[in-house]
Amino acid sequence: MAAPPQPLAQAAVLPEVAAVHWRPRVDERHLRRVGAFWTLTTVAHVVPFTLAAAGLMALQPLALPVALACIAHAWVIPELYAQRGANVLRSHGRAADEPERRSVGLLGDLVGHEARELHARTGLVLEPGGLGVWLIGEAGALLLPLRGRKAYCYCVKVDGRHAEAAALPAGDRTAHLLLALRSDEQGFATVANLSFAGARWRVRRRLRKPQRPAIAAAVGMLDRGSSDPL
Amino acid sequence: MSKLIRMDQTGHSTLAEWTVADPAAVEAAVETFRGELDRGYLAMVSTGPGHAEQVRELPIDADLVILRLPISGG
Repeated sequence: MAAPPQPLAQAAVLPEVAAVHWRPRVDERHLRRVGAFWTLTTVAHVVPFTLAAAGLMALQPLALPVALACIAHAWVIPELYAQRGANVLRSHGRAADEPERRSVGLLGDLVGHEARELHARTGLVLEPGGLGVWLIGEAGALLLPLRGRKAYCYCVKVDGRHAEAAALPAGDRTAHLLLALRSDEQGFATVANLSFAGARWRVRRRLRKPQRPAIAAAVGMLDRGSSDPL
Repeated sequence: MSKLIRMDQTGHSTLAEWTVADPAAVEAAVETFRGELDRGYLAMVSTGPGHAEQVRELPIDADLVILRLPISGG
């Protein structure tokens, strides 16, 4: 006979965390520290190029083309980082129609009406958590933390070492991430690889147009201070 | 009727269905459940809006048990 329900523990740790045991468990403090590091990195890229452009112009106005190239570098490098962040929410191809329909149906059963409707429009699932509001895609997730105006872009997906992983339809790939997130949010963020942390507006600009309303919905949820799932 | 489903290439497959009042069905579901865990799947049950829990034994009173594959950083 089957045993009675036996959850791992009250505060169960995602088993996948064992594979990245050297990483510190992600919490609000860790997010702030990582966010500050990314800000410093951006400053370290932007300021020298900007100063170089200004210096060149002060020394020799004929150096305008070089100064403009410096300014372009100062702009492009953070944009490339933001693009890398936005890429975590890219879709990864479709399976046949029927599996896709069934997988989206299951995903829809896991979330509420509003989240289902948002997923239909954007391909992303909006999920409130303790660290902030998440947008979950097929192979990544974006976290808008409770405080600040940053976005944290995480690359995380169904483990490709399992042969079945490659054939999963899109809805199932998202549902895998959603269930893992719901069981251990901090563990989920620990397992995932951080691709980018920076200004929300920068990430939003780099998302595909149909996905952008999902950011607005997440910000709206943060502004309402809602912790209720959609 | 409780269900054990696995997310797979078909969208999802129902592997077992049971009611607490049917010991044979429960036994079959438990066997299937353990077999899937041995294959590397993780079992999840929803524990309320926005919450899920991993289980290592089949919770026979749960309405829905979902089998998922492990995740990893991309």
